[in-house]
Amino acid sequence: MKRFAQLIEQLDSTNKTNQKVAALTRYFEVAPKEDALWAVALLSKRRPSRPVTTTLMRQWAAEIAQLPEWLFEESYHIVGDLAETIALLVQEKGTGEAPTLTQCIEEIIALKPKTEQEKKDYITHRWKGLNNFERFVFNKILTGGFRIGVSQKLMTRALSKAVAIEENILAHRLMGEWSPQTTTFEELIFHPNPEDRISQPYPFFLAYAMEDDFMAKENPENWHIEHKWDGMRAQLIVRAGKIFLWSRGEELITDKFPELNVLAEFFPDGTVVDGELIPYKENLIGDFNALQKRIGRKSVSQKLKQAIPISIMLYDLLEWNGEDLRKEPLFKRQKLLAQFYAQLPPELPVLLSEVLQFSNWEDVAKERERAQEKRSEGLMLKHRESPYEVGRKKGAWWKWKSDPKTIDAVLTYAMRGHGRRTNLYTDYTFALWQENELVTFAKAYSGLTDAEIKQVDQFVKQNTTDRFGPVRQVKPSLVFEIAFEGIAASSRHKSGVAVRFPRILRWRHDKKINEANSLDDLKKLLP
Amino acid sequence: MQMPLLEFTAKGIYCAQADVYLDPWRGVEKAIISHGHSDHARWGSKQYITHELNVPIIKHRLGNISVSGRKYSETFTINGVQFSLHPAGHVPGSAQIRVEYQGEIWVFTGDYKTQEDGISTPFEPVKCHTFITECTFGLPVFKWDEPKQIHTNINQWWAENNTQKTTSLLMGYSLGKVQRLLKHLDPSIGKIYTHGATEEMTEVLRNFIEFPSTQRITRETTKKEIEGNLVLAPPAVMGSAWIKKLGKLSTGYASGWMAFRGARRRRAVDRAFVLSDHADWNGLLSAIKATECENVITTHGYTDLFAKYLRENGWNARTEKTQYEAETLETAAAE
Ligand SMILES: [Zn+2]
Repeated sequence: MKRFAQLIEQLDSTNKTNQKVAALTRYFEVAPKEDALWAVALLSKRRPSRPVTTTLMRQWAAEIAQLPEWLFEESYHIVGDLAETIALLVQEKGTGEAPTLTQCIEEIIALKPKTEQEKKDYITHRWKGLNNFERFVFNKILTGGFRIGVSQKLMTRALSKAVAIEENILAHRLMGEWSPQTTTFEELIFHPNPEDRISQPYPFFLAYAMEDDFMAKENPENWHIEHKWDGMRAQLIVRAGKIFLWSRGEELITDKFPELNVLAEFFPDGTVVDGELIPYKENLIGDFNALQKRIGRKSVSQKLKQAIPISIMLYDLLEWNGEDLRKEPLFKRQKLLAQFYAQLPPELPVLLSEVLQFSNWEDVAKERERAQEKRSEGLMLKHRESPYEVGRKKGAWWKWKSDPKTIDAVLTYAMRGHGRRTNLYTDYTFALWQENELVTFAKAYSGLTDAEIKQVDQFVKQNTTDRFGPVRQVKPSLVFEIAFEGIAASSRHKSGVAVRFPRILRWRHDKKINEANSLDDLKKLLP
Repeated sequence: MQMPLLEFTAKGIYCAQADVYLDPWRGVEKAIISHGHSDHARWGSKQYITHELNVPIIKHRLGNISVSGRKYSETFTINGVQFSLHPAGHVPGSAQIRVEYQGEIWVFTGDYKTQEDGISTPFEPVKCHTFITECTFGLPVFKWDEPKQIHTNINQWWAENNTQKTTSLLMGYSLGKVQRLLKHLDPSIGKIYTHGATEEMTEVLRNFIEFPSTQRITRETTKKEIEGNLVLAPPAVMGSAWIKKLGKLSTGYASGWMAFRGARRRRAVDRAFVLSDHADWNGLLSAIKATECENVITTHGYTDLFAKYLRENGWNARTEKTQYEAETLETAAAE
């Protein structure tokens, strides 16, 4: 625990990637193997389920710190992070004995079925025994959400150095479902048993946004163009007669899309495809919002399945007859995939993403303009010789999204930022006109410079008209241009419209609030 | 109703009976100044009164002004009002200002800390009826560690960088923080260099405080020469062209705000040291208790929260708006 807390503190105190990797590598080299395995698990979002509610944690911390609850809550709002607030408020020197990381996590796992009093006794005992930063790390293990600027990729790179196994191979071994409770460091890293790992996905290959000078440098004939379908990226695996569906966030989502189970009968064992889940009904692609409804439900009713059936649009073939094809060039993989697709019965919930080729970039640009009509987000440009790589890499795959839609909206509410921007009002709510009223249509935070954020923050503090906890209502006076990717009608939103990925494009100092757009203007953009 | 002894006006904290302002933020006839930081000692007043050690400091900062110096606890009377200055422990020459008229006593703290820093005369509580207190760090999340431990950490960091042939850039406010850091640096590790602004203020303080020797960085200073040594500079150098001339660096920043992980990350320095010249939560509470006051007026910092807490604990506490805000989370984290 001490060693792991020191590691987190080191990672937290530098923004230099190679220093982070060095600190992680050293940790993996010297830490006991069982602790190292838990560290890998925690840094790849595999944590024990939360044994207590944060409400209880807040109450207990306020009690130990002898503070009224309101002052605890205010402190929390200012610090912006519960684990840190508790670490700071429970002012103990931490002279007690710290458990090892593995002990600590096993204790946390064992806590779940215990009584509230037992939980309180254990947690407050640990709080008092640890020092400030250890307490913070302990709370993070309890509450989850380790956001410390260490991606899984960075962690894998460090581990790769420590165990001398190639990064790509290691990345694959770390994917999928495993837990330090059921495996060992030795087994997971050095001797993976293929029989145990039939559900294991490959790391996704992700594209960068296209750079300005790309077209000048590249010959279009080397590039395979596809539409970037507006759904949910997924990897579908059929091995040993079983089907597994993984999201990009490494979540097993097989149960959420039962209509795809039928594919296990038609895909031969040892088949892994990369694709996009999209709503597809009567030969038409549905919108992203429909898909959201499916993702949002824990269990899928027959009715919902019929209203919003899902298909998988195939992009790539990663494994065929049990053989890893990721090093093969794209055109070969696509060719195999097309041959396989051609012999599938047409009624299956599976589509093939069309591969387009052009001889000049103007035609590619024209194709991109068809995005809305095709219901895509824009284009994907993939080099015909490219292997299927791990993570986000520059060079072989690019995304060229269609131009975002924009609208001018009025700032109506603001909330304090969390984490890096605690104490500044950085999260905003925007509204559009309907008759003489401003109706909320989107929340957005990113897009302003630090200087602008400070100005808006000042404005918010001086123009608050009402407060609701951490949220402030402000006098409508500032206009911002908001960009978003997609738009759909929605009965769940007061405005009647839902937008995707709203973000602040620029502050329209030149506009007064009566010059902001109306809800009707927004609705005109509906497909 | 009787006029309060001190009022909060558009120009500053005002004593009508004596026609004197305390740390005014606009130019006035007569100003009593608590300490030399720019938000408390402002330009434009005709006559300044301050602690004698603060005289050379504000002359350095404000140029040719009319200023008279007083010793701690020395009483001076203006139109029947008795004034005296008492150690605030904030920076060298910093004072709390005690005001007494017809048996009623008010104390204005300026900025203060209850920890000893080795360069400022330590804080002394002063009994009063009304206590006007800063509360920059008036939240229970702030609890400072022993400064001795922080200075040990700083020297260890420097020594480690030294073995890596990396130069240590240590940043802090030019008046007070930097000299406090300097005072506790271990010159056996290497040489100590300074940014021009730092060097000038340190030079002023050398007249009455002993410090390890320093060398100003000039155009002629080479990267080779400063390699492995330590450079003291104000926080504003972060991200400037000046910093690029220093070679391979490890950056460190000393501030109370570094207690916040978010502020540390936003600062983006290699090492953050939690070291403040303001009182922490317990420091504020113990200072207030020691005054035996009935009334508390909270000025800059987490004023509303702090006053509410004091009210719940039996004080008659309220908040007044001032323009003292040199160091806030925003400026510390984002400048
Ligand atoms: Zn000050």
